[in-house]
Amino acid sequence: MLEQSYYSKADEIISQHGRTQKALIPIIQDIQSCYRYLPAELLSYVAKQLGINEAKAYSVATFYENFSFEAKGKYVIRVCDGTACHVRKSTLILDKLYKELNLSKEKHTTEDMLFTLETVSCLGACGLAPVLTVNDEVHAAMTPEKVSALIAKLKEEEQ
Amino acid sequence: MEYITIDTKRVPIEGEKNILSLIRKAGIDLPTFCYHSELSIYGACRMCVVEDDRGRIFASCSEQPRDGMVIHTNSKKIQSYRRLIIELLLSSHCRDCTTCQKNGSCSLQDLAYRVGVHAVRFLNNKKQIPLDMSSPSIVRDPNKCILCGDCVRTCDEIQGIGAIDFAFRGSETQVMPAFNRDLADTDCVGCGQCAVVCPTAAITVRTNVTEIWDAIGNPNIRVVVQVAPAVRVAVGDSFNIPKGENSFGKLVTALRIMGFDEVYDTSFGADLTVMEESKELAQRLEKNEKLPLFTSCCPGWVKYCENRYPDLTDNISTCRSPQGMLSPLIKDYFKDKDEAENKKTIVVSIMPCTAKKGEILRPDNFTDGMQDTDYVITTQEVIRMIKQVGIQFESLEAEAADMPFAVASGGGTIFGTTGGVTEAVLRRLAKDKSYQNLSNISYVGVRGEDSVKEASVMLGDREVKIAVVHGLADAGRLLDKVKAGEVEYDFVEVMACRRGCIMGGGQPPFAGARTKKKRMEGLYKADTMSNIRYPDENPVLLQMYETTIKGKEHKLFHRHMVEK
Amino acid sequence: MKLLTRQDLQKERVNAINKIKKQNCRILICAGTGCLAGGSEKIYNKLKEMAKEVEGVTLEFAKEAAHVGVHPSGCHGFCEMGPLVRIEPWNYLYIKVKEEDCEEIFQKTVLRGEPVEHLMYHQEDNVYQEQESIPFYAKQTRLVLKNCGHINAEDIDEYIAAGGYEALEKALFEMKPDDVIAQITESNLRGRGGGGFQTGYKWKQVARQQEKIRYVVCNGDEGDPGAFMDRSVMEGDPHKMLEGMAIAAYAVGAQEGYIYVRAEYPLAIKRLKMAIKQAEEFGLLGEDILGSGFNFTIHINRGAGAFVCGEGSALTASIEGERGMPRTKPPRTVEQGLFAKPTVLNNVETYANVPMIITNGASWYHEIGTQGSPGTKAFAITGSVNNTGLIEVPMGTTLREIVYDIGGGVKNDAAFKAVQIGGPSGGCLVSDNLDVKLDFDSLTKLGAMIGSGGLVVMDEGTCMVEVARFFMNFTQNESCGKCVPCREGTKRMLEILERIVAGNGTLEDLDLLEELGEAITATSLCGLGKSAALPVLSTLKNFRKEYEEHVVDKRCRTGNCQAMIRFIIQPEACKGCSKCARNCPVNAISGKVKEPFVINTETCIKCGACIDNCPFGAIYTEN
Repeated sequence: MLEQSYYSKADEIISQHGRTQKALIPIIQDIQSCYRYLPAELLSYVAKQLGINEAKAYSVATFYENFSFEAKGKYVIRVCDGTACHVRKSTLILDKLYKELNLSKEKHTTEDMLFTLETVSCLGACGLAPVLTVNDEVHAAMTPEKVSALIAKLKEEEQ
Repeated sequence: MEYITIDTKRVPIEGEKNILSLIRKAGIDLPTFCYHSELSIYGACRMCVVEDDRGRIFASCSEQPRDGMVIHTNSKKIQSYRRLIIELLLSSHCRDCTTCQKNGSCSLQDLAYRVGVHAVRFLNNKKQIPLDMSSPSIVRDPNKCILCGDCVRTCDEIQGIGAIDFAFRGSETQVMPAFNRDLADTDCVGCGQCAVVCPTAAITVRTNVTEIWDAIGNPNIRVVVQVAPAVRVAVGDSFNIPKGENSFGKLVTALRIMGFDEVYDTSFGADLTVMEESKELAQRLEKNEKLPLFTSCCPGWVKYCENRYPDLTDNISTCRSPQGMLSPLIKDYFKDKDEAENKKTIVVSIMPCTAKKGEILRPDNFTDGMQDTDYVITTQEVIRMIKQVGIQFESLEAEAADMPFAVASGGGTIFGTTGGVTEAVLRRLAKDKSYQNLSNISYVGVRGEDSVKEASVMLGDREVKIAVVHGLADAGRLLDKVKAGEVEYDFVEVMACRRGCIMGGGQPPFAGARTKKKRMEGLYKADTMSNIRYPDENPVLLQMYETTIKGKEHKLFHRHMVEK
Repeated sequence: MKLLTRQDLQKERVNAINKIKKQNCRILICAGTGCLAGGSEKIYNKLKEMAKEVEGVTLEFAKEAAHVGVHPSGCHGFCEMGPLVRIEPWNYLYIKVKEEDCEEIFQKTVLRGEPVEHLMYHQEDNVYQEQESIPFYAKQTRLVLKNCGHINAEDIDEYIAAGGYEALEKALFEMKPDDVIAQITESNLRGRGGGGFQTGYKWKQVARQQEKIRYVVCNGDEGDPGAFMDRSVMEGDPHKMLEGMAIAAYAVGAQEGYIYVRAEYPLAIKRLKMAIKQAEEFGLLGEDILGSGFNFTIHINRGAGAFVCGEGSALTASIEGERGMPRTKPPRTVEQGLFAKPTVLNNVETYANVPMIITNGASWYHEIGTQGSPGTKAFAITGSVNNTGLIEVPMGTTLREIVYDIGGGVKNDAAFKAVQIGGPSGGCLVSDNLDVKLDFDSLTKLGAMIGSGGLVVMDEGTCMVEVARFFMNFTQNESCGKCVPCREGTKRMLEILERIVAGNGTLEDLDLLEELGEAITATSLCGLGKSAALPVLSTLKNFRKEYEEHVVDKRCRTGNCQAMIRFIIQPEACKGCSKCARNCPVNAISGKVKEPFVINTETCIKCGACIDNCPFGAIYTEN
């Protein structure tokens, strides 16, 4: 069971979008951006409030890549692996990040809940390839060296 | 008249909404996994692709027929596509056919054979997923799922439950309850309609055949079996007996050969239900409380109401179902004999229903804290048992069931179809027990396939408003109206499965429109052939009410609310 | 301030134009995603600060008091050169501007009107002062993207001053809905989202439905990797598409519109929200627009990460709060689309074409482009090309003009190999196709498609098998999983391609790829599935030799396929020191000391440890 504050927050978000099925995705998007993940209990709660079957809500939430039932790190790093970035060796950027953060294809978030690493199919910043974003902030023309510097800087800010 | 040409044959368009229906009308059994006439069109399996004379390839299930179209269902291209689709399905499918529950009745297996897939060129590298055995009625084996979505749509569209849905996407897609919980922890009512539509063994009925053979083989156990009304018009399906023909007598013979000690007719229990439920209705009408009275013989419905309309559960009749009344009566009947012979009686029910497997486990159905019915097996399971023994069912001589629970009224028999319970209750409440009045009652409007049927009868000077609904989605819609005060009824009969028990989750699958109709006709025919038509004219029952049952009605025949 | 009548809008336009005219110097700092990433916000803040200080100071060159307008603009498309700063009235374009350049820009250009040459685009000793003279721009016809980079995207007045909402005004007060549809039909505007379906026909279908509740939906789910033209419009000129949508709504009798934008485009969402809010405040959206009696509101839906939602029925399902799975048609979207109501569904670029067609007329529109495909098309040109970015050219422009004239040719003067057009749903064009006039129909004939307009240039160094694998990996990941051919078939095609690039493919695999590809194309449920195999089929057709080298010779001529690289010790250079053998983690190197060593290719895992450790540089790799 989550703390009551989570449910009050959910109520607040639901009241902004209304209690219809079309509000489901916007509501869980807002919840996710609030907590950086979608607490399973809240998905069930929202489904109930909206009068949707829980299995349906779960079905919708698992269809879209953006929803995660696992808590994400403070910094969500998304490496673009779109065509332009791929051609300009985005794989090296990703590999470097895996190494720097000690993460893998299966493990997306660091133990200290600081970093989550994801790939994205295209950020639409192809002219700047290869790119990555840190919480929506775009970092252009990345190189493995720039990756190390970026991570070092973010870690330093946390100290 | 507009026509389309299908493989050189001219076929008139007579209101068909899609080309697939026309192809089937033309006598070609075009294979499909995801097309069901009662469900929305999904278009996922792509097995029904056809080619037109311009070389355009499309799925016939979702294409509207237009005058002058020329369709080829079997061109070389189409054949190879169809074969490849099956090969692709097989490549991600568990292929232990010989030990599979569905061996011999699996659509995937059948089509692989029909389209001629002789080898699978791809490796099955799917992760094995554990089975969900949590439900007493249903087993889910995701490894055998081909993602046709039939179960999802049935559960949602027909039954209005939505206990399962797709999760994830792409090649990761699976059908599962929310958060991959156990089916037992969902709103699933165990109706088994998902298993009926499942083309493979991804959803099957939980089977209890082994336990029953064990009991039969134990000399210290008296194995008593009761057979529900709807079973008799479906069991013959698997033995070349015409659809809907009443095979009760043959089944009795078969059960005796198999080693059951006593064979009874659940219709007797249905007669008991009529007596008790009519009494309850009369009382509630008199007091004008807890109306409408909802029937309680369908466990899928009872659970649905508890899940979705908890505030209406008091309206459900306190009566147990026919099986639930007969079993404690049987146990009571053999109590002294068991003691004398140092035996234990167990009761097995043969039911068209998968939810009954759950009903017997409900503490509110226990007598003196004990489970009354020990096992429920479905029509399909009994068919398998007959086949295991190798009985030539079709050539058996019919025998009569054992006394005393062999005598039942026609009113009890028609419980197996939608409207039957209501009609039987009306017969009981009727003062005029003439032959003519039977016919009058049959025309009040409770028969037929309409999803909601309404009727109104006079009981004395009171007009009693009745609704009969089958299929839980339709039931839910009706209940919403009742709650909103849009409609008012005194008596509502609900069956979870469309058309009632004759199309229950435990019945032989692949029943088309014709079979459905024949099963219904079969029960009404059994009623007409019956010597006793009015439940309250069942002499055995009347006599028991005077003797053995007297004073035990509440204990044996009603549900006892247990503290949760 | 709400504009209540047509006259109010006209007055506002005069005000807006005057407001711009008053600025004797306009500095437009690109605030597109690309330039923001390059730090353009700091440049904006700095210039803004400096402009404040000189406000009212007499300018020598102009003999008048300074009114410097500093504005964030939308994307110029020349992202690789960012951050970009454009300064009017001279139309100077400064590239790769840094914060420390601001002082110089201000002193020279703003105060004296002089160019800062070292910040200008150079090519072969030519300095291009004016933005429009730069070859990248000179060969383009920027109509849809006309305002992108030239106006402040966050200020509705700038759009109005540039002629914005004139078309809506004309439609509402001078045309009947049917006239609008007739005009669009006559223009033969074809959907820019991929299929090239006729927009006017779509609108007509919706307009004639019995059902009176209709919707206008804008597909801004630009998911093709390598395409970002819609993003640029939404970020740089959001009102243009809002106006297009409003005109569509008026034409088909809709009162509500939805814009579905990818979640990966946060800036586009922010600008659109801002634009909708301003338009509502101005009364250009909402109830009784300009007193015409026409009501129209627009909602924004954020995508949640599913490429397939670019497909119409999946997109509407997603707005409805369902899984974004395409459904079977009929009923078509025009009959039963969003919430099962008649729906006009077009993409961003299509809507952005609408206002100019209404303003200038269909016959004007036909003067641009080809007969079958009039108008322009925006392309995102990326990959191995000198000038990557966003461009707009008339339909019928050849690939050669795009790659060489606008794109400035292949990077590092490498040989042109192919262009992947239309992203994962498209096909590849080879050097033989360089002079084909690109439009909807010519591409279909070549087995490719415009798609949303991504152009990825590939040179001799790109392995086409690996490219095909890349696209298949994308499609397979994005398959919704509904229909069997796409769900299971793409998975199998990907497996085969992975096998081939790993050096384990066979000739039979190539046949199997073709068999699968054809069946998936023919039998899939939706457009994504039907086009999923195109990149593979089209590379197989054009580069079969390369595939064969992979499966027969186990060789990748480009060296892209790591698994096929062979490590070889040059016997002449090897001194037989055995250092390589000692450092090999899998004991793949053997030999006698002081004699040349050899690498067993079968055992070698291509880790490169031997190369790193060889003191004599005797080890090399062969593709």
